[in-house]
Amino acid sequence: MEAFSTHTGIVATLNRSNVDTDQIIPKQFLKSIKRTGYGPNAFFDWRYTEDGSPDGDFELNAPRFAGRSILAVRNNFGCGSSREHAVWALLQDGYRVIVAPWKEINGERVPGFADIFRNNATRNGLLTVELSEKEVEHIFTEVTRNQGQTATVDLPSQQMTLLGPDPVVFEFDIDKGSKERLLEGLDDIALTLRHEADITRFESEHDPMMTVRR
Amino acid sequence: MGKTLFQKIWERHVVRELSDGSSLLYIDRHLVHEVTSPQAFEGLRLSGRNIRRPELTFATMDHNVPTTEDRMNIEDPVSRAQVEALRRNCEEFGVTLFDLEDSRQGIVHMIGPELGLTLPGTTIVCGDSHTSTHGAFGALAFGIGTSEVEHVLVTQSLGQRKPLTYKVEFSGRPGPGVFSKDFALKLIGTIGTAGGTGHVLEYGGEAIAALSMEARMSICNMSIEAGARAGMIAPDDTTYAYIASKDRPYAPAGEQLEKAIAFWKTLPSDDDATFDRALTIDAGRIAPQVTWGNNPGMVVDIDQPIPAPDQTAFYSRADVENALAYMGLAPGTFLTDVTVDVVFIGSCTNGRIEDLRLAAKVLKGRKKADHVQLLVVPGSQRVREQAEAEGLHDIFRAAGGEWRYAGCSMCLGMNPDQLKPRQRCASTSNRNFEGRQGKGGRTHLVSPQMAAAAAVEGKFVDIRKWLDR
Ligand code: SF4
Repeated sequence: MEAFSTHTGIVATLNRSNVDTDQIIPKQFLKSIKRTGYGPNAFFDWRYTEDGSPDGDFELNAPRFAGRSILAVRNNFGCGSSREHAVWALLQDGYRVIVAPWKEINGERVPGFADIFRNNATRNGLLTVELSEKEVEHIFTEVTRNQGQTATVDLPSQQMTLLGPDPVVFEFDIDKGSKERLLEGLDDIALTLRHEADITRFESEHDPMMTVRR
Repeated sequence: MGKTLFQKIWERHVVRELSDGSSLLYIDRHLVHEVTSPQAFEGLRLSGRNIRRPELTFATMDHNVPTTEDRMNIEDPVSRAQVEALRRNCEEFGVTLFDLEDSRQGIVHMIGPELGLTLPGTTIVCGDSHTSTHGAFGALAFGIGTSEVEHVLVTQSLGQRKPLTYKVEFSGRPGPGVFSKDFALKLIGTIGTAGGTGHVLEYGGEAIAALSMEARMSICNMSIEAGARAGMIAPDDTTYAYIASKDRPYAPAGEQLEKAIAFWKTLPSDDDATFDRALTIDAGRIAPQVTWGNNPGMVVDIDQPIPAPDQTAFYSRADVENALAYMGLAPGTFLTDVTVDVVFIGSCTNGRIEDLRLAAKVLKGRKKADHVQLLVVPGSQRVREQAEAEGLHDIFRAAGGEWRYAGCSMCLGMNPDQLKPRQRCASTSNRNFEGRQGKGGRTHLVSPQMAAAAAVEGKFVDIRKWLDR
């Protein structure tokens, strides 16, 4: 996978919460047995009209978002189906960073991204940045106000900076494992295979079947 | 301090701790289907790696398969290519495949339990979010992405951060006409579609203990719709009886089963175990549920109106307005006044024999409304066989319904079973996302009985009123 260290690009906004992976890449594109070719079909049902032309009502089709690579959305992005195709589609459509707010509901902190989506993103070099609702609101406001609003997302320092005359810096959290993996673009399987002796030892003591084949 | 069911299984499967604070977890069962696996097998070829434990890996085809008589002939060339790729991959890498003509074929989450692959205390993964279904047996089961599928194929293990635990207790007994599907929808309506994110849910309480395995699977199935990757229920006599019953070729039997049961009895959460979160829902106060929007948390009691945009707990005005515009509905409407065009009974949520029996009970001696298309799709070939042995298919046909072969079918319409734009469907599946059942289609999630009643009436019904008749 491609490593992620720091990235600067135009920020686009999508004012929807609970964007599920069925929306990010609809079912008809899951029939492919390849890992490529998903980019033009990201958000397909929202993005195109019946005749296949871009739908002017869809926010991300706005000309001012041309060339965007950072996407700010609302809470619980990537929920639903585990399809990794959603992450492939976003990357291949030019996104490197997705920003979503965590949310407080009934006194509990609800994460900005769905679990499986986040795992899939990390394993492919797509960075998920979680900020507070207030911070994401701020991004929405600035993006609405400023044509071509850009930002720099710096993983080593865990900072996202909205660029401009008065730059605004947001700090974000990320777990150590995901950070290392993204920074180095590591092959997970190769990493785990370093522990192969442990797996073999574990297997010698563990009966995964608990069964007899009849 | 005591341990939870989750902790006990987790600890038994840690191969080693990793330097980043996550754990390398051993995987006992890896289930595979045609949609999320081809890129993983391709990865193996590209890297020259092999499957570590092919005998712990089981595959079937379910998403793309037609459910009509001539289902062996997949007309769509792209679907066919995907199914053929799975055949080739299983052949080449030595994976057991339950292929289309196999009497054990079915939706991946149906056949695991049926064949005895799903057992208490095991870890189960599949490149499919509804892997949470298997948690009904007291297994730790969760969905993974395709990169993780490849990882498990090669290493039979997976690096995971330890999730938090969430105890969801259903106290009391549900009233007539209320089923585990309603429990699941009520829970999601209560905590929201992200309320369980980062957590493993453990369901318990009197109302859960009273459920059959089929009903337990329905509720664990929808854990993912509450944001949780896994849902679990402690194994008990109901679980053991299910495993011991019928022909479950991969389950232990005889002396081995007795030994296994002795072990399984140690799994339930200890009395003094603590959870990171807990919630109790009074099952006696749950009404039949029906969704009105574009995610499963947009749900109401059948006798309540669709809420106004500023009356929902979790959704912004824009969210609700978008959803209602898509669904062609207005706030204040009662769903009992809303007509349906299609009724879909099936999926890994409600495609089991008990679901079909419940639907048949409602449909017996009745006819579907003329304008309604009624589709009954058993979740597996075994369920289909059993239903036919019980004569349920005759009831469905006499009611004007179509009796199909096993597959995911209209749950997501990767095969030809799809809604047309603006068609409204009462569906027993698990996701009412935009376009899920077909582009522009409008999905309302309900229980099997509610779906069957909607087929007869041509609009949504409060099933409780029917039961009084
Ligand atoms: S029935 Fe629906 S939810 Fe279940 S595995 Fe198939 S597509 Fe997924």
